[in-house]
Amino acid sequence: MNRISTLFNSTQEPILNVYATAGYPNFGDTMLVLNALQEGGVDIIEIGMPYSDPVADGETIQQSNQVSLDQGMTVTHLFDQLINMRQSISVPVLLMGYINPVLQFGVERFCQKCQEVGVDGLILPDLPLAEYQQSYQTIFEQYGLLNIFLITPQTSDERIKQIDSVSEGFIYMVSSASTTGAKTGISSDQEAYFKRIDGMKLKNPRLVGFGISDRESFLKASNGASGAIIGSAFVKLLGNAKNLREEIVGFVKSIKGLK
Amino acid sequence: MIDAGISFHVSEKGYYGDFGGAFIPEMLYPNVEELRLHYLEYMMETSFQKEFHFLLKDFVGRPTPLFKAERLSAKYNTQIYLKREDLCHTGAHKVNNTIGQILMAKRLGKHKIVAETGAGQHGVATATVCALMGMECIIYMGAIDIERQAPNVARMKMLGASVVAAQSGSKTLKDATNEAMRHWINHPVDTHYIIGSVVGPHPYPDMVAKFQSVISEEIKWQLQEKEGRDYPDYILACVGGGSNAAGAFYHYLDEPRTALIAAEAAGQGVSSGHSAATTFLGKPGVLHGSKSLLMQTEDGQVIEPYSISAGLDYPGIGPLHAHLATSGRAKFFDITDDEALEAALECSMLEGIIPALETAHALAVFGKLGAKPDEVSVVNLSGRGDKDLATYQEKLKLNS
Ligand SMILES: Cc1ncc(COP(=O)(O)O)c(C=O)c1O
Repeated sequence: MNRISTLFNSTQEPILNVYATAGYPNFGDTMLVLNALQEGGVDIIEIGMPYSDPVADGETIQQSNQVSLDQGMTVTHLFDQLINMRQSISVPVLLMGYINPVLQFGVERFCQKCQEVGVDGLILPDLPLAEYQQSYQTIFEQYGLLNIFLITPQTSDERIKQIDSVSEGFIYMVSSASTTGAKTGISSDQEAYFKRIDGMKLKNPRLVGFGISDRESFLKASNGASGAIIGSAFVKLLGNAKNLREEIVGFVKSIKGLK
Repeated sequence: MIDAGISFHVSEKGYYGDFGGAFIPEMLYPNVEELRLHYLEYMMETSFQKEFHFLLKDFVGRPTPLFKAERLSAKYNTQIYLKREDLCHTGAHKVNNTIGQILMAKRLGKHKIVAETGAGQHGVATATVCALMGMECIIYMGAIDIERQAPNVARMKMLGASVVAAQSGSKTLKDATNEAMRHWINHPVDTHYIIGSVVGPHPYPDMVAKFQSVISEEIKWQLQEKEGRDYPDYILACVGGGSNAAGAFYHYLDEPRTALIAAEAAGQGVSSGHSAATTFLGKPGVLHGSKSLLMQTEDGQVIEPYSISAGLDYPGIGPLHAHLATSGRAKFFDITDDEALEAALECSMLEGIIPALETAHALAVFGKLGAKPDEVSVVNLSGRGDKDLATYQEKLKLNS
């Protein structure tokens, strides 16, 4: 079984997934950030592969992408930085990014590299279900990569079921109609939406993303799902941090309610 | 010249050859899927067609004339016609599409509109139909374009639209499109996105091409009247995203006797590093929801393009055009800033028509085309040059 399913099967605690842009705040910080996240007690790490035109992302993540690109980050450099990742990182690791850099790298070569460095799955928001099934699924599966799909409050029940049947690992439940970092906090409408999806008895667990920034919103989101994903709030911390390792560890502990 | 096995029309799955598709985040799926399921049905409805053609006639001023450009013809020793899209209300072909899409938005039950704009022509055309229909209108425009197309910004505001500056990336059309898509992601329920060219996820490229196809529909009967045949030997158009070209080519895509000629903005030259000539510099890639040719780095990052013309300053082209280019059905020419400026001046002096800078790229092809004396060419005169006067004044030294 892959690391992600193992994790979901082995814990009853809310799962915390944190997104960090690769090569940010400085080009060489990627592994430092990963190690600090794990030290703080994160459950899943999502590494953002920077892209020039991240349409699903709000300003904070856009800017971190641009800074990282300006510092020279590429897919090739990222794989070089992750080459010894599994010597220290034991939590599941996802790569999040947009389809075009993957296409240019070569889909099969990309998947091969993911497997080599120990990546467990991918989140590619602009790779929709139909295209995935037609041209990507076979290759992803060949290299043991889970593809994580998004659902939103506007996704129909029928499509959710379809996505559930193709998914493995978990489903990324976008908390509201928005880009990343656009809204903070969880409203009662959103809680009702989490409950509605929970009531569908899907085969895959869900993590809630978008708008989660602190322990309160993390717990609220985890109420109707297996856990939640923090992106923009963490990227902001990265951008402002004076002592990177210490602040990351402190942030993760505060979300998880650890001392 | 046309391989019998090749189709130039969109497939069931939204592809033109290898190009097209709908690479969109799940947040946009319900909207795009709703459009995909219904656009043909809605467009075909008698009531839709009636309203569309009524507005094209009485509001836009169609049919636009097909004008024989005698002095240009003499200069290049060939037969040149100008399809006068510059005479459309608002000054460019863009309004053909916005009329169609605002009617579509109404049928989809949307009452707010978002759009991107480069030169501001699509923004003005969108603001215009929103005013006409009483819909709220938000236009995203690159900060650089806001500066170089000031008259159009003022027009949009006067028409009641909010104009929002896109400050990310190159601050031009690509980034305005990113921002418009983000806006749509954040407002999926009440808002329709009126894309301004034959780009974006399926079904946008096909829908926009169909709305613009009125251009070649008219050329057919107009040429029949004037030349006794309904097809030209060449049809020429500039390509930014490719909507005016798609409209002018549409009814000739399967006509082997008509050569399709597209002009792309080479900026300071294809190899200068300051260019927007996508078919010369691009590779297959995904941007703004479809797979097409795309100017990008080896790492798949989108390259910031350059052209003097805001409407052509875009790193991609519509998937239909990528297919026309790679299959050889259309021939693409790279036209520099200077060549376009010269062609704009020439058209003004010889024909009394000041063309848009975008259009001037198509006119500049005559210097390279080698059309024979008895051959007939139609240039799609996609827009008028009023919006570019500041650039013309500066570059053509009209103040001295
Ligand atoms: C007059 C004119 N022609 C051409 C274009 C380019 O767009 P397209 O390639 O979609 O026709 C524009 C875009 O702003 C324009 O204003």
